Amino acid sequence: MSQVEKPTVVPLEHPRESLLREERLPHIWCSGCGIGTALNCFIGALERSGLPLDKVAIVSGIGCTGRAAGYIKLDSFHTTHGRAIPFATGLRLANPELKVVIFSGDGDLIAIGGNHFIHAARRNIDMTVICVNNFNYGMTGGQAGPTTPAMAKTATSPYGNSEHPFNLPYLAAASGAVYVARWTTLHVRRLERALTEALLKEGFSFVEVISPCPTYFDRMNRLGEGLDMMKFYRESSEIAHGLDPRKADIDLGGKIIVGKFIDIEKPTYLDFQQEIQARMEGEPS
Amino acid sequence: MNYWRKPLDIERIKLPRGKVYLIEERCKGCNFCIEFCPVGVLAASERFNAKGYHLPYPQNEEACTNCGLCEVICPEFAIYSLPRDGKEEEPRE
Ligand SMILES: Cc1ncc(C[n+]2csc(CCOP(=O)(O)OP(=O)(O)O)c2C)c(N)n1
Ligand code: SF4
Ligand code: SF4
Ligand code: SF4
Ligand SMILES: [Mg+2]
Repeated sequence: MSQVEKPTVVPLEHPRESLLREERLPHIWCSGCGIGTALNCFIGALERSGLPLDKVAIVSGIGCTGRAAGYIKLDSFHTTHGRAIPFATGLRLANPELKVVIFSGDGDLIAIGGNHFIHAARRNIDMTVICVNNFNYGMTGGQAGPTTPAMAKTATSPYGNSEHPFNLPYLAAASGAVYVARWTTLHVRRLERALTEALLKEGFSFVEVISPCPTYFDRMNRLGEGLDMMKFYRESSEIAHGLDPRKADIDLGGKIIVGKFIDIEKPTYLDFQQEIQARMEGEPS
Repeated sequence: MNYWRKPLDIERIKLPRGKVYLIEERCKGCNFCIEFCPVGVLAASERFNAKGYHLPYPQNEEACTNCGLCEVICPEFAIYSLPRDGKEEEPRE
């Protein structure tokens, strides 16, 4: 008896699915938030880099951006607020085979975690730091932080922010980072390429991703929805590879300088340690 | 597709063709894919998903070049493209 054959339907899935904890999707991020696009580009970069995935760990702190570690199917760690970098430093030093990536927000990495950031860069610890900069603390209701532009309105600066912000590429470069780039969530192809380069770079690499926060920062400053911010990036970004990063300040509503600013070679913390160990072993006792 | 200047090798070069797929329950209606598709394949439909977000749909699928931009710009991992020919043609269940 012949049976009626059913056509084989190939089950289709999103091409990024193998690296996503898809049972947790949809994620918590608001409509028009850029964090998901930044994560999407990061996963693309990871695939392009060819790194063995069982040797990659991702570490996040606390914040909307800090949730990223929970959506990616790697060894991922959601640490306490501000402590992603020291946690990652421990991972890297205890297991030098690992490629360690930190994916977190401006508040987590640069406010409460600011000291860890500059010292990890100074020591040239081999890690990739990806900072999604949305100019405020999204998760806790849109407070001002160290990247909030002067005069910008936030929940804690309703009449305008009277502080100067950090310029993150300049901070990273001055602290000793060997790779420094900035892109926005509109520049998906260039961002993916920069993240690939950062992942393959030896030493402390840093990529800033300028991102919309339509729920807090953009709304409080009447900048519109996520899509309006993406259009703003299209009109107001200026690519300036190799620019001295001190010239890459961001003013509210002003142009956004993007590009690769720093790409240099320098011995890492572990290089020095290995050299010291070799010397000690070579010395007569 | 409309060309501002017709490429000289248009007869010889086969443009890749793509088909877009949407995972409806993930979409949050941000419209990034609609705005930034380089060839205007997508448009906002009247339909919405269980959370009330308006979904994009391929109004002009013939033009899709399988460039994958919608796939990487989507913050929700909700949309992607595949080559139009071959077994990938089967619709998503
Ligand atoms: C020790 C400690 N202090 C404060 C908080 C509250 N808190 C949670 S997230 C956050 C800031 C997050 O900002 P950012 O890193 O920029 O992430 P975003 O939400 O903007 O992505 C703060 C202050 C906390 N969780 N722990
Ligand atoms: S509050 Fe802001 S940063 Fe957090 S998910 Fe919403 S839009 Fe994104
Ligand atoms: S794959 Fe490219 S051409 Fe096709 S719909 Fe997506 S963005 Fe448009
Ligand atoms: S980019 Fe993604 S979430 Fe936004 S409208 Fe398109 S499919 Fe939906
Ligand atoms: Mg933030």
